[in-house]
Amino acid sequence: MNGIPYAREHKVILCHVCSYVCPEDAHDCPRCDSRVHRRKPNSLTRTWAFLIAGLIFYIPANVLPVMFTTLLGSASENTIMSGVIEFAESGSWDIAILIFIASVLVPCIKFLVLGMLLITCQRRSQWAMRERSRLYRFIELIGYWSMLDVLVVALVAALVQFRGLSTIEPRLGILFFGLVVVMTMFAAMSFDPRLIWDAEVEDA
Amino acid sequence: MTCHSTPQTDPDQWIICEHCDSLYHAQPLNKGESAYCLRCAAILDRGHRMSIEQMLALSIAAGIMFIFANVFPVISISMKGLHNEVTLWGSVEALAQGQITLIALVAGLAIILAPALQIALLFWVLVHAHRNEIAPGFKTCMRTLEHLRPWSMLEVCLLGILVAIIKLAGMLDVHPGVGLWAMAMLMVLIVLIAGKDIRRLWDELGVEPE
Repeated sequence: MNGIPYAREHKVILCHVCSYVCPEDAHDCPRCDSRVHRRKPNSLTRTWAFLIAGLIFYIPANVLPVMFTTLLGSASENTIMSGVIEFAESGSWDIAILIFIASVLVPCIKFLVLGMLLITCQRRSQWAMRERSRLYRFIELIGYWSMLDVLVVALVAALVQFRGLSTIEPRLGILFFGLVVVMTMFAAMSFDPRLIWDAEVEDA
Repeated sequence: MTCHSTPQTDPDQWIICEHCDSLYHAQPLNKGESAYCLRCAAILDRGHRMSIEQMLALSIAAGIMFIFANVFPVISISMKGLHNEVTLWGSVEALAQGQITLIALVAGLAIILAPALQIALLFWVLVHAHRNEIAPGFKTCMRTLEHLRPWSMLEVCLLGILVAIIKLAGMLDVHPGVGLWAMAMLMVLIVLIAGKDIRRLWDELGVEPE
């Protein structure tokens, strides 16, 4: 395309741990002893597996309650969405939007973007390669912010422990939600962005 | 530019883009400069902003802030004469109930264990690099640092503390604790020292490939 050589054409591989330029036949990086791979092993299959696992966990994460509150005798359970709505109704729009972005929008964007990247790479599409690379780096960057809700529930549940007056306890939903975050992080890590550019090269 | 070195004979003269596998001849960068990949626009390399001494000093500061952030409560609340406060460990413990204990492990890794290990390992490699030595277990330390990076979530934790404060402020009296201020400073320090910049030690200490 623009004449910049690929590392594979010069028979070298990048070590992802220490950035060393390793010879193509190396199994381990000569400098830091990590395993080196020309491409991450079974990248597409592994990414699909983590992505689908994340999608499955996303259902109970949204359906099951994440928090159980008793306040002066009255008990209530909150799911992620009902928590957002509660904030919005009480007037704190900013916090409602923040939690909505971290807990709903970010995971959904990750599912969509990773799914799109996987499908386009499998079809060896040469469409918008530069933009797709940027998208990958974007979801790598935003991925872990979804842990926000897990940490908020942890803090609030640890604080509000007044027997008889008011207590807050975490519920099963938060486990699934945390697992969604972990699974999508694994999915993003196992995806190899170099596959996007492999479509340019004849034999892969 | 003419160059007679090849990537195989002079590996440290070359850079490969980790996002698209493009191969470039390395250029020395000044403080504040960055090199971008022409093919995929990812960052290839950055000029070093800090010296080894400065990074070492910041890692010691981070160690002290970490102790403060963990010893002192991050939030305290009061309601009808009752009083309660929470530390980082206390919030991880609150998740460790019955079926959901697994998520307590993830949270503990993200806000306590990963940052603690990062600070300790950085201190270990930097204190030796300061004397121009390669620390014992250098390779293991550097590899562990690379694998820990994505799991250290202090920024998220800080935002979580702020959200929790606002969430509870509607129904009780909430006071930010000393741990919160320490946490805020710790987050800044970790962002400064725990990035990929530490990879420079491989070159600067002249770790020889086998």
